[in-house]
Amino acid sequence: MKSIVGILMLCLPMLVVAGGGVELDEMAVDVADKASLRRGASLYARYCQSCHSLKHMRYSRLAEDIGLSEDETKQQIIVGSRSIHDSMTTAMESVEASQWFVGISPPDLSLIARSRGSDWLYSYLRGFYLDESRPFGVNNTVYKDVAMPNVFWDLQGDQKAVFIQQDGQQKFERFISNSRGKMTQLEFDATIRDLVNFLVYVGEPAQLQRVSMGKYVLLFLFMFLNIVYLLKKEYWKDVH
Amino acid sequence: MPKWVTEFSSWVFTRMPLDKVWKEHLSEYYAPKNFNVWYIFGSLALLVLVNQILTGIVLTMAYKPDAKFAFDSVEYIMRDVNWGWLIRYMHSTGASAFFIVVYLHMFRGLLYGSFKKPRELIWIFGMLIYFCLMAESFMGYLLPWGQMSYWGAQVIISLFSAIPFVGEDLALWIRGDYVIADATLNRFFAFHVAAIPLVLVALVYLHIIALHQVGSNNPDGIEIKKNKDKKGVPLDGIPFHPYYTVKDIVGVVVFLIVFATIIFYMPEMGGLFLEPENFIPADPLKTPEHIVPVWYFTPFYAILRAVPDKFGGVLVMGGAIFVLFILPWLDRSEINSVRYRSGIFKAAVSIFAVSFLVLGYLGTQPATPVATGFARLFTVLYFAFFVLMPFYTKNEKASVPIPDRVTNDPPLADVINDRCPGLKKKFDQITTTREIKTQSGQVYSVPILDVEGLIALIKESVSNLQKYVKK
Repeated sequence: MKSIVGILMLCLPMLVVAGGGVELDEMAVDVADKASLRRGASLYARYCQSCHSLKHMRYSRLAEDIGLSEDETKQQIIVGSRSIHDSMTTAMESVEASQWFVGISPPDLSLIARSRGSDWLYSYLRGFYLDESRPFGVNNTVYKDVAMPNVFWDLQGDQKAVFIQQDGQQKFERFISNSRGKMTQLEFDATIRDLVNFLVYVGEPAQLQRVSMGKYVLLFLFMFLNIVYLLKKEYWKDVH
Repeated sequence: MPKWVTEFSSWVFTRMPLDKVWKEHLSEYYAPKNFNVWYIFGSLALLVLVNQILTGIVLTMAYKPDAKFAFDSVEYIMRDVNWGWLIRYMHSTGASAFFIVVYLHMFRGLLYGSFKKPRELIWIFGMLIYFCLMAESFMGYLLPWGQMSYWGAQVIISLFSAIPFVGEDLALWIRGDYVIADATLNRFFAFHVAAIPLVLVALVYLHIIALHQVGSNNPDGIEIKKNKDKKGVPLDGIPFHPYYTVKDIVGVVVFLIVFATIIFYMPEMGGLFLEPENFIPADPLKTPEHIVPVWYFTPFYAILRAVPDKFGGVLVMGGAIFVLFILPWLDRSEINSVRYRSGIFKAAVSIFAVSFLVLGYLGTQPATPVATGFARLFTVLYFAFFVLMPFYTKNEKASVPIPDRVTNDPPLADVINDRCPGLKKKFDQITTTREIKTQSGQVYSVPILDVEGLIALIKESVSNLQKYVKK
């Protein structure tokens, strides 16, 4: 036993070797918070959907899951004359979009929360800073030289990034506000949290059913375990 | 029993020996009575196989094996197909569960000498099952057509191209194209849903037939057929049905609790069972930063990367799997169970287990120089276990005398008390016993949490910790 522990101890330095990259801000996800999902959905429709589709998400499913009626959905979330049974595509053609954004067409975001994770999205969306050398005048601390403008500039205002030299590399330290937006920093963080919460939900709408159903399945299995255990004990009474 | 039932069954049994099969393999198949928890994994492997086949059939009803539609059809299953998400998670979690139970099943065989004479063929069939399982899961992993599906397959198939002379043509022949493409997806689908499952089921059949010919081994590694009663029934044997059917149901329910917890609360298992990169559709023009196979291949992937030469790596990795096939002939000891084997074997098997786990971890990490150094060390240890086995198992002496008959495992509480008396002391410290009288008049003494004792224990631990930190 001691030898096993010893060998495992030898492996500890490897844990330090792994890791690295940009430090992400943590965000508490709560897809059960329907008010947050509603705010996130309408924000997405206004700020993101002109370029980024959610082709795997249907309006009808969304409306049902976040508790909106068909009329409310049409007012708050559906852009243009689309039906509630449509999926959340964008109005922009991808060829046209690709010309706008330096040859890259904006990706579909149906599964972005599953591939990137909520912390990444939360940090990325709050990580735009002024950089004259970029085509849209902004760069990003999480995704360097990204071909996306800061669509939230009117809410967030502009910010500058302070970098420090560390081990011969530029390391991001903090942001300084350059001009104020419509929201305070706290309000803006909460808004982005709603948006990311919404994207986490869109990544896997079934998680609402999954999590709420799990406890009944486990409850049944635990009760069934008692029964089968007693059955086993009864049968094995005569085995010595 | 109604008359028509007896008549019908005798009508069937005169035409087909179903009753004989039932007796031979269940009601009169005598298994040793001392199976411990390690013996559940065979039954669980069968359960998971059935789960994979059933959920797989349902998935094929909505999945489209076409490079244009495959990724979207999986999302269609996850969102628009009724209960599709559940079926898909049962299948994806089942794939990982299959490897967990199979690895534990194999390790059980290693611990108790279940691969040794006269059970060599069972081991060989088992290894063939494992080999098929690797092919099955590798091809199945391409089907969601995500980035990791695509690039994982690209890397693994390119290994064939390292073979001298025929390699390039072989890889081309497997892919059906110059890169992984629609043709590859289509043929992998055919193999995954039809060809390999058929072979797998046939091999499982052979595995069980071979097992029932010689009988099951047990944690003591003692042949129960040596001691029989007048009727020829082993004294230490009990009929598989009903004894082990009811016992295995308990194990199955415990397994299902773990399985359901993963499916309902952590289907991605922190990126181990479903990798984040695989939620991005396959893109032949964009290589992911780290291409990592799924966790169950990572020990072999680490071995592959540990060898500097590509073809050498392929050979060594193949050797790491092949060497398991000849295990029955590497072990020259007469002793079966690890319980009675020498200290040197116990140490060797521990080092092997640790090497396998560490290699598995290293396979998930980027190949930095430090990590590669460790991978090389543990690759050597992995092979040392097998290559040196004929020497350290020759003339092996039992560490404790081997009994003539199987022994029963002592109750878990006694084992804990024997091995870590401190734990029992702590348990007594935080509990008081209370007598409880039932309606029928029986009296049980039940441990009850003692708050004062608990507080004392916490204080003690905190002060110990402070001392340790100061040091």
